[in-house]
Amino acid sequence: MILAEITDTGLAALTYGIGALGPGIGIGYLVGQAVQAMARQPEAAGMVRTTMFLGIAFTEALALIGIVTGFIF
Amino acid sequence: MIPVAAPAGEAPEYELVGDLLRKALPVAPVAVAVAAIFAGLDGALSAGVGVALVAGNLLLAAASLVWAGRISLGLLMGVALGGYAVRIGLLFLLVLLLQDLDWIHLPSLGLTLVITHLGLLFWELRYVSASLAHPGLKPTTAPATFASKERAQ
Repeated sequence: MILAEITDTGLAALTYGIGALGPGIGIGYLVGQAVQAMARQPEAAGMVRTTMFLGIAFTEALALIGIVTGFIF
Repeated sequence: MIPVAAPAGEAPEYELVGDLLRKALPVAPVAVAVAAIFAGLDGALSAGVGVALVAGNLLLAAASLVWAGRISLGLLMGVALGGYAVRIGLLFLLVLLLQDLDWIHLPSLGLTLVITHLGLLFWELRYVSASLAHPGLKPTTAPATFASKERAQ
């Protein structure tokens, strides 16, 4: 008796969902630390935000790779 | 006093994205040409769409962060995380819609998305790490040595 069945598409979506958790945690940690740095040293906010933006964009690339991999393969 | 928002008028994200887009201008024809060699006209069009998606994604990220940063640091945190989910969802939806079009060559689109995104960021990183400041402040000449400063005096 089959109680539940997962299709290839469903499995791909599930895998991508789990894969997207990593960048999510990464961005959350990164921005949390950046906000803390800006609160401690407001005069360095410009530099912190520049670094933060680059960090977000780099972390986002991981999720982007996941999307692309799903569509290509 | 603990600041509740980023200083007014400061928007390093726009400066950064402006610099990234300026760098994307010479990159786009190269990406289109390479895709055209491997996948013909469909590949070239797909690569063009890929570069446009990368540029749009970066612009949207900068706009949302600048907007949130002007209001409060707490909102910046929320918008950074929520924005990530929204933008990735939007990109997924766009690629999902585009994949059914006849002229879309998925490998060209996908590879352009990843390579352009990472390539531009690494290119920009060289300047930011060299100056540890906003891209607009990147050093254009070699830093003055102690001896040259003494000679100038």
